[in-house]
Amino acid sequence: MSEPLRLKGISASAGYAEGPLFHLDRIAMRYAGKATVADEEAALETAIGIATGRLAALIETADRDAAGILEFQIAMLEDGALTGPALAAVSSGQPADVAWRQALDAEIAGYETSDQEYFRARAADMRDIRDQVLRALTEESENAAPAGAIFYGEDIAPTRFLETDWSSGGGIALKAGSAASHVAMLARSRGVPMVVGLGASPANPVGIALLDAEHGGIVLKPSKAEVEAFRLLSSSFAARREKAEIYLRKPAVTKAGTAIRVQVNIADPSDVDGIDVSTCDGVGLMRTEFLFGKTLPDEETQYRAYRKVLEWAGGKPVTIRTVDAGGDKPVPGFTVEEGNPFLGLRGIRLSLARPEIFGVQIRALLRAAVHGNLKVMFPMIAVKDEYERAAALFAEEQAGLAARGVVQKMPPLGIMVEVPSAAIAPEAFADVAFFSIGSNDLTQYVMAAARDNASVAHLNSVRHPAVLRLIASVAAFGRAQKIPVSLCGDAGGDPASIPALLEAGLRDLSVAPAQLAMAKAAIADVSV
Amino acid sequence: MSASAEATVLITHEVGLHARPSVKFTKLAKTFTAEVEVALAANGPWFDAKSIVKVMAAKAPKGTMLHIRARGDGAGEAVGALVELVRRDFDEGADHVRTA
Repeated sequence: MSEPLRLKGISASAGYAEGPLFHLDRIAMRYAGKATVADEEAALETAIGIATGRLAALIETADRDAAGILEFQIAMLEDGALTGPALAAVSSGQPADVAWRQALDAEIAGYETSDQEYFRARAADMRDIRDQVLRALTEESENAAPAGAIFYGEDIAPTRFLETDWSSGGGIALKAGSAASHVAMLARSRGVPMVVGLGASPANPVGIALLDAEHGGIVLKPSKAEVEAFRLLSSSFAARREKAEIYLRKPAVTKAGTAIRVQVNIADPSDVDGIDVSTCDGVGLMRTEFLFGKTLPDEETQYRAYRKVLEWAGGKPVTIRTVDAGGDKPVPGFTVEEGNPFLGLRGIRLSLARPEIFGVQIRALLRAAVHGNLKVMFPMIAVKDEYERAAALFAEEQAGLAARGVVQKMPPLGIMVEVPSAAIAPEAFADVAFFSIGSNDLTQYVMAAARDNASVAHLNSVRHPAVLRLIASVAAFGRAQKIPVSLCGDAGGDPASIPALLEAGLRDLSVAPAQLAMAKAAIADVSV
Repeated sequence: MSASAEATVLITHEVGLHARPSVKFTKLAKTFTAEVEVALAANGPWFDAKSIVKVMAAKAPKGTMLHIRARGDGAGEAVGALVELVRRDFDEGADHVRTA
């Protein structure tokens, strides 16, 4: 057995996972073999079925010539004379992809060597048929990451994360990636261990790996002693997490008896399904970018999403952030391509530039406001004019709805404090309803360190004195002006950062649901 | 004791018994329970007329005399229908000529 290999990275979501490595980057060209011959047979039959189904779907919109080609390919795939030899090879122990490739290559060779040009040209059809099934086979294996697998690769797509069943464990280990990426946020809120910034690995590791996402590292090809040590660390973490669960049901109070409000951050209306509303003080941040997936959501879709969360919260406050697209969150048909997107047309800048799209969201929010304790905040506010224009659009849409007799209500309007200009000179915003410090963006702008860049991750710390000083000054301004100030960045749920945030004067934090218990436990240890 | 039938027909289709014509040919053959085979010569080799892979492998270009034989229930109807299909130029009409 070769030497174990330790890679050091940055924890993006605390926890431990022991499991087989699953290579994210090889998915497109690699077929994951199955455990039994029967599974291999089933995989090939399924892949042939998928390929046939796709061709049939294509026929629906094809013209006559194209339909002729597609029908020919379907007839081929449905012919036992083509699939029989491949399935027979699988039955005798060949992997499905090898068997299919060999069977088809033999057919293709027959066409290629024909003395008739028309016949030779059909080789391209046969290659197409071969590759469609191979594609279906590899996709099939994409879904078939073993239970409890550690996903390993450059980066992982949010859809991939969402498609995966994490109930039997597993984790994420990325060579690049970022603790501030959307997948990292999702991983924290679902309690999936995740490490980023592991860098390149010398070989292509396979087999069981140990993911320590508390300290940020992974062990490949672990020795027996390492597995044992890892399991001790893992169970100690589980015990600490379990102890924290005791705090989950109680209001958050510091050692000195100071009450702290702890709300939750959510990204999708369905996130609240797994949260007991009595364990939190409301929703401190509901992101709305995820509603803006591949298409722009209509007013009714948005209204239903907001209303669902408001009704779940009962009378507790729900702070919804208007769409914060752009930056690292592109939305087709809405955001623009830019050389430096974090400093470009994103957040409220984009919404104000696309009033027809923003108006849809505003109307949905105004209508939803009657169903609970809604507050609305604008992201990326840099100057007062932006807030005023956004507030004016709310007033305008409200008047429009009222004129049509639509039930609506104007919610309190606040701003995210995340652009340094707003944090340094908050007096420009003395008349807004509330401040919510977005510590992720505030930190990246103050430290000039992109949050999606692992190579500058060491600079991206909310605990740098420059960032903490700004937070303290915003908190002090809020107290003096009687403007509520909360914090909704990742730092709010980080036990290592919580003491510094409370010392900076914050009394209102919003955290990922999976961090509620640990955050409350950490608060109980602070003596402010 | 089972029925059997045999016939020959000239392929006039521009590309021969290939691709789209062979799809139609095998689909029609499959509607009969009889065992149906094709060949380019009276003495074979014979290919399964219900398998597009086999029919394509017969490599029958335009101008070929196609031999069709069937055995079993409805053998006569099967051969008759398939001969008719080839004679009708696979219902493709004049626009079947493709440059692709």
